[in-house]
Amino acid sequence: MSDNTKDQNTISRRNMLKTSAALAAAPMFFTKGAYAKDFTNNPGNSSTVTLGFNVPQTGAYADEGADELRAFKLAVKHLNGKGDGGLMNTMKPMNLKGNGILGKKVVYVTGDTQTKSDAARASAKRMIEKDGVIMFSGGSSSGVAIAVQSLAQEAGVIFMAGLTHSNDTTGKDKRRYGFRHFFNAKMTGSALGPVLKEEMGISRNAYHLTSDYTWGWTQEESIKETTEALGWNTTATVRTPVGAGDFSQFITPILNSGADTLILNHYGKDMINSLTQSVQFGLRDKLVNGKQFEIIVPLYSRLMAQGAGENLQGILGTTNWDWQLRDEGSKAFVKSFGTEYGFPPSMAAHTCYVQTLLYANACENAGTFYPPEVIRQLEGFKFDGMGNGETEYRAEDHQCFKDVLVVRGKQNPSSQFDLLDIVKEVPRSEVEYDASIFGGNLGPYKV
Amino acid sequence: MDAILIQLLNGLDKGAAYALIALGLTLVFGTLGVVNFAHGALFMLGAFCAVTFQKILTISVKVVDPSITFFTAYKEQPYLEIWFGDVGLAIIDYAVPLSIFMAIPVMLLIGLVMERGLIRHFYKRTHAEQILVTFGLAIVIQEVIRHFFGANPIPTPAPDIVSSSAAIGSWLGLSENLVYPWWRLIYLAFSALIITSVFAFLQLTTFGMIVRAGMFDRQMVGFLGIDVQRKFTIVFGLAAVVAGLAGVMYAPILPPDYHMGMDFLVLSFVVVVVGGMGSLGGAVAAGFLLGILQSFASMTVITELVPGIDQVIIYLVAVIVLLTRPRGLMGRKGVMED
Repeated sequence: MSDNTKDQNTISRRNMLKTSAALAAAPMFFTKGAYAKDFTNNPGNSSTVTLGFNVPQTGAYADEGADELRAFKLAVKHLNGKGDGGLMNTMKPMNLKGNGILGKKVVYVTGDTQTKSDAARASAKRMIEKDGVIMFSGGSSSGVAIAVQSLAQEAGVIFMAGLTHSNDTTGKDKRRYGFRHFFNAKMTGSALGPVLKEEMGISRNAYHLTSDYTWGWTQEESIKETTEALGWNTTATVRTPVGAGDFSQFITPILNSGADTLILNHYGKDMINSLTQSVQFGLRDKLVNGKQFEIIVPLYSRLMAQGAGENLQGILGTTNWDWQLRDEGSKAFVKSFGTEYGFPPSMAAHTCYVQTLLYANACENAGTFYPPEVIRQLEGFKFDGMGNGETEYRAEDHQCFKDVLVVRGKQNPSSQFDLLDIVKEVPRSEVEYDASIFGGNLGPYKV
Repeated sequence: MDAILIQLLNGLDKGAAYALIALGLTLVFGTLGVVNFAHGALFMLGAFCAVTFQKILTISVKVVDPSITFFTAYKEQPYLEIWFGDVGLAIIDYAVPLSIFMAIPVMLLIGLVMERGLIRHFYKRTHAEQILVTFGLAIVIQEVIRHFFGANPIPTPAPDIVSSSAAIGSWLGLSENLVYPWWRLIYLAFSALIITSVFAFLQLTTFGMIVRAGMFDRQMVGFLGIDVQRKFTIVFGLAAVVAGLAGVMYAPILPPDYHMGMDFLVLSFVVVVVGGMGSLGGAVAAGFLLGILQSFASMTVITELVPGIDQVIIYLVAVIVLLTRPRGLMGRKGVMED
């Protein structure tokens, strides 16, 4: 009895040791692409891989969303080896082969964010759970980007953000599964500061009208920090509801405030309306304390400039990218997009196209779709030839650092697309900042 | 003093827009008994009449920029400018006020088609069904406009001569900082003219008398051998014209986009309810009252005391009015009480 027991115990111990040894050695046998099925929407042996493009197709940013969608479709075309290749001809270093991603043909699904966080989250959830996307991208609002970025982290699916400018996206709300190529409010402030000093001096009284949501708050904070560092005084910061329409009740107090500069932390329709009404109230014709009253719109887009018409002429701001840039990457993208659609791409289109290629390239570099490996490839990735000069995806916060454009509304446009003058291409080194200043936590690689 | 005066003007201006939309809503409700949620879309269509007229006047020859090769970039020179020089440019400059002449027949036609084609089929249905169908119609109209004009607001400037501000402070011996845009003053005067005209039409004409009688007792007017229904169809067209004209004149203040009608619709319904369902005078009075209150509530001294009050003041007043006067300020007994 006891012998039997001893024998059984001995065998059991030996078996246990064997099993332990096998388990301990197991990771050494893993190679790229051998992660089996332990991640969300693993394409496995499928001949295709699905990407999700979640953009505003209805609502105030529908035009911007339509342009983003055009860019995504163009990127998919190029990834699958069709068309002229676009930025795949200029991107360095690049591992894309024009045969899809890792040999799988790229297909896509689309969703409508409606520029609402809840709708965007529902749409992204549908893409992940029903359509089986391995990555999703898009968006024209920071509120939306932050909402879907959290979902990406929960689901273990990478989100390559489209247009989002709030510091929070790669600041306090940053996520391991979220990446932003677009610049942010902090970088806008750093780029704009020296130009403001040169053109408007060091003694001004600034009045802020700010959209009352994450993007507006962080832009106000960053611009205020910049202008106060120049020596400007902040007269007032007034929050305005998103989609206010009539801003007259917010503009009239400016007349008697002693301010000589109005900073509009508004985007899209709000910016068009607040700027139009500010001009109607004669702000740009005013002289305050012997100084010409000035209006600044820190974040510009060409699509927005079309809506503001003549009111935007001469007004300073910043933009992520402009089709008039003359570097090889920008020229290649404008050629490709312009030939395909008959008009130049917007900055939203550019960032979405670049994000799609960057994700695909990271998969090729990793040799797998396994998100933690793809994330590691994107983190700290340095590249060039995509417009905006040498660029780096900073590992600490997943924020891309590249040159930023300071622009001015053009006085005498030569065509319907020639709406902005590039005042300065601010080098990347001047807009970099310490990743820790905004706090936040990226979270784990494996979820 | 300056701040109070300027907020009063803001309030009157805002109130004028509310009153004009609410007036049309009340006319339709009072005559046809229809709760028309597509009325905001009529306001938006009016603004797009101005946009369309501006586009017609600026039909241009395209001077292509040869330096751009991958797409067609061009600068436009309007034919009116080529043919008539400065006179042509002056006509383009006055696109918004001139578009009124286009908006009147167009909006009348839209109103009549809407009433005959859809609304009349819902006269005997419940208010909930009327709201659903008219709200659906508003969305359809919105999406059609978005399809043709895009989602972005379209700049529709006022004539140059009135694009600056009036020095009201200097006129009144107050601060020079007290200025107000000319076009907003014109809008205020225009609204007053339209409201007066509608009331005069209803009070001083035989047609108006029949309509008022029909609003009071439709059956009795019918017994007198008058085709009230036909008169009411025309009233629907008139309400569309009033909303459309409000939209045309508002286009330089708020660059039109497909959604602008919805932004005003909800507030205008509150105005109608506060004024009293079916009361034209109530709609106008409540429009101005709520516009002024909203404007004063947004003054910095007020928002510092009660943050966010400017966003809720209208609804707060609506609650108070309905608690103290359940029929609204000038509501009639028996209207929407069944």
